[in-house]
Amino acid sequence: MDIGWYLTVSALVFCIGAGGVMVRRSPLVILLCLELMLNAANLDLIAFSRMWGNGDGQIFAIIVMVVAACEVCIGLGLVVAMFRRRLPIDVDEMRELHG
Amino acid sequence: MAAVFFFIAGIGAIAGAIGVATVRNPFYAVLALVCHLLSLAALFLLLRAEFIAAAQVVVYAGAVMVLYVFVVAYVGSQDEPVRPVGGPGLKLASIVFAVLLAVELLIAVLGSGLKGIDGRGAQYQPGFGSPAAIGELLLTRFLFPFEAASFLLLMAAVGAVVLARRRGGISDPAHPGEDEVLRAIPTRLPKGAGSIAEGVGDINPTAELDRPAIGAAAGDADESRGRASASEGAGLSGGGW
Repeated sequence: MDIGWYLTVSALVFCIGAGGVMVRRSPLVILLCLELMLNAANLDLIAFSRMWGNGDGQIFAIIVMVVAACEVCIGLGLVVAMFRRRLPIDVDEMRELHG
Repeated sequence: MAAVFFFIAGIGAIAGAIGVATVRNPFYAVLALVCHLLSLAALFLLLRAEFIAAAQVVVYAGAVMVLYVFVVAYVGSQDEPVRPVGGPGLKLASIVFAVLLAVELLIAVLGSGLKGIDGRGAQYQPGFGSPAAIGELLLTRFLFPFEAASFLLLMAAVGAVVLARRRGGISDPAHPGEDEVLRAIPTRLPKGAGSIAEGVGDINPTAELDRPAIGAAAGDADESRGRASASEGAGLSGGGW
């Protein structure tokens, strides 16, 4: 398959993820949609790595996966802290920075 | 043959993504993301990135998704309420924005005259994308990003523990932590209750002890005994130990 097809799939997945981040209100699902966007970027990186025939893009994809894991870690910690304080699990209700 | 596999995996990836963005129940959204990640791993295999595909399945679809499932089960997989906060116009506007973004990206990808993305890429060399090649790159050329990523992961793990531990994290004035309760107890103890703080001289109770001396007045001995026992009872119920 041509590299362009992979870029097309990646663009569609990225836009679905972006739409999900804007539409959804549960922070859990927003984190899932962020994962979608990061994965679309990963697919692009690996497609370009295949295009050039060297492994730098794959190393970049591994680093992106590490950053995604960190983001999931902190985000889920925040969700658990919100749940412990009996705050609503809804990003539209959490519009103030102070407690 | 590769085209068939590409279309199966690509349709699976896009369907999983649509499922994540539209399913109301967070638990099913996580399962849709697992489907998306597995399809994406198949695409990685088609792109000759074997190590990344294996890491995607094991680390992402395995470990990270288990973390998600546990948090969804802990928080309770309540469905989102239907009530839109910003009105239905905001939701419509974001969907229109996402569609416009997709159109723009597709124009940019498909309409570009770049020769590179119209081919199948460089000539395949044996060993490309294998664990040996990736490991050699990580430990020679990209050693500093590798170490920085591991340090970042460590800090994120510590931060998650600090955020989600039982007390502390985001402190709650309505429900104070255990140490604040412990700090509040000595002020509620009556004088002369016999606490350890009095024993070491931290609080000097004898100067302002309002309990009458034993046998001071024979006439109201019964009353003073009653008061003394009452104050002792208050001291005990006040939490003295």
